[in-house]
Amino acid sequence: MKKLQLDWLILPMVGFALAILAWHILSKTVSKDLPSPGKTWSDSREYVLKPFAKRGEMDQGILRFTWYSLVLVAKGYAIALLMGTPVGFMLGLSKPFTKTFDPIIQILRPVSPLAWLPLGLVLFLGAGKQASELGALFTIAICAMWPTVLNTAVGVRSVPQDYLNVAKVLKLSRWKTLWKVLVPATLPYMFTGFRLSLGIAWLVIVAAEMLTGRPGVGGFLWQEYNALNYSRIILCILTIGIVGFLLDRLMSVVERRFKTA
Amino acid sequence: MAFLELKHVSKSYGSSATRTAVLQDINLAVEKGEFVAIVGYSGAGKTTLINLIAGLFAPDEGSLTLNDVEITGPGPDRGIVFQNYSLLPWLTVYENILLAVEQVFPNAATAKKREQAEKFIAMVNLTPAREKRPGELSGGMRQRVSVARALAMDPQVLLLDEPLSALDALTRATLQEEISRLCQESGKTIVLITNDPDEAILLADRIIPLSAGPGASLGPEIHVTIARPRDRKAINHDPRFKEIRRRIVDWLLGEGGRKRVTVSRKLTLPDVEPEDLSAPRPMWAGRPRARRHREEKRETVAMNL
Repeated sequence: MKKLQLDWLILPMVGFALAILAWHILSKTVSKDLPSPGKTWSDSREYVLKPFAKRGEMDQGILRFTWYSLVLVAKGYAIALLMGTPVGFMLGLSKPFTKTFDPIIQILRPVSPLAWLPLGLVLFLGAGKQASELGALFTIAICAMWPTVLNTAVGVRSVPQDYLNVAKVLKLSRWKTLWKVLVPATLPYMFTGFRLSLGIAWLVIVAAEMLTGRPGVGGFLWQEYNALNYSRIILCILTIGIVGFLLDRLMSVVERRFKTA
Repeated sequence: MAFLELKHVSKSYGSSATRTAVLQDINLAVEKGEFVAIVGYSGAGKTTLINLIAGLFAPDEGSLTLNDVEITGPGPDRGIVFQNYSLLPWLTVYENILLAVEQVFPNAATAKKREQAEKFIAMVNLTPAREKRPGELSGGMRQRVSVARALAMDPQVLLLDEPLSALDALTRATLQEEISRLCQESGKTIVLITNDPDEAILLADRIIPLSAGPGASLGPEIHVTIARPRDRKAINHDPRFKEIRRRIVDWLLGEGGRKRVTVSRKLTLPDVEPEDLSAPRPMWAGRPRARRHREEKRETVAMNL
């Protein structure tokens, strides 16, 4: 029991303490412009202690900003899954489909969210005020889609032949084979894809908000940089990191739930 | 015309250059209600044979007919118990069996389907494990579920593909008796594939040995005249049992095993050359590295499989 506490509680604490110490030393010696941990706290306490306050468009509590970002991520992520999963299934099931579209996917996959965003804004120019939101959604969806697509495809391809033989002997219809055999057998792979996709969606949102200036963690970060409030940049970075970590934990819990299947 | 009939069936795998014949000129006729066991070596093509009957593979040559209808694809009229159970791990025992029942009686009332599924679970004594998933069951229990699923398809022919080979000896013995009982009760036509002559004698009416591959073919049939129910303890002392066993094993080791397989391979023999201690050693060179050299040899091994 004692050993467990040392490993799981004390050692991470030591890690954080060391990191903060290094940060402190850095701010006092090499980079004088870097706010020290103490200054960061005193500058951002207003945002942390009143996390849901709304004082102005770009002056809100940190959790309120996080909430805006999460809502946008949820929408974009949902689009990514709804598009990615069927495409993944098609890739896994059909060789001609793979041959036709795999090259395109391989070319589009490595494109950075920063490159997609302007195109997204152009695409929805006609939408007026909504353009920035739709552009951001487009960017999140298209960037977050690929892990889901590829993992689903791999999952479908690696469904054991035994299960397919059972489906054949029972003469299950295509529809029933899909839902009773293929989907359950692919679920663990799909969830691995979903988890990676969520991580990417969260990465993309920050970039998208920075470029569009939407209220949200990323938008706030960029605004504070322009306003020379460097301490709050660090607050934003920590928030982004913690939220990303929590999202990943959440997905891994869901994933583990389905791994048993 | 026999109920299940295989005529001049051949099957090979691989493309033209590396093509290996698995089964050659298989002729088999199974009467309705008969229990036929095919005994052969591991890797001889037994599973290929059962997959051909199941319709999962198509033969290269020859024809397979069931009830005078050509077998062109898989279907629930040939229920199969797979060697590795092949239960769907995300479904419970009940759901696995219900899936089969629903496919075979799509128009039956829900209550009727449920009742059928329950019946087959009870038949293999698994009612207490009804809501368990295959992962929570032992190997023997899984194979029972698999048997129940095959029976639930209400097949015309039941195909057993080495159903017990993955089980330990004791579980195997219990399940052999259970399968024997189930098969007698159901009165179905059964083809059993096995590598265990004792199992074949215990269960089957007729035993046909399959020669060693590649290009395996069926040997002379042996009728098992021992009355049922066969008691595994008593049967060991039955002279007929010993005689049948001797004939199967003799054929498999003699004529049926005569196909010699030659494997030739390249061997690399590692060797370290001894260090020459008398050689002058300059100071800066450090320890001399041991010199290695390899010898390559070709070896051809011929063996009876």
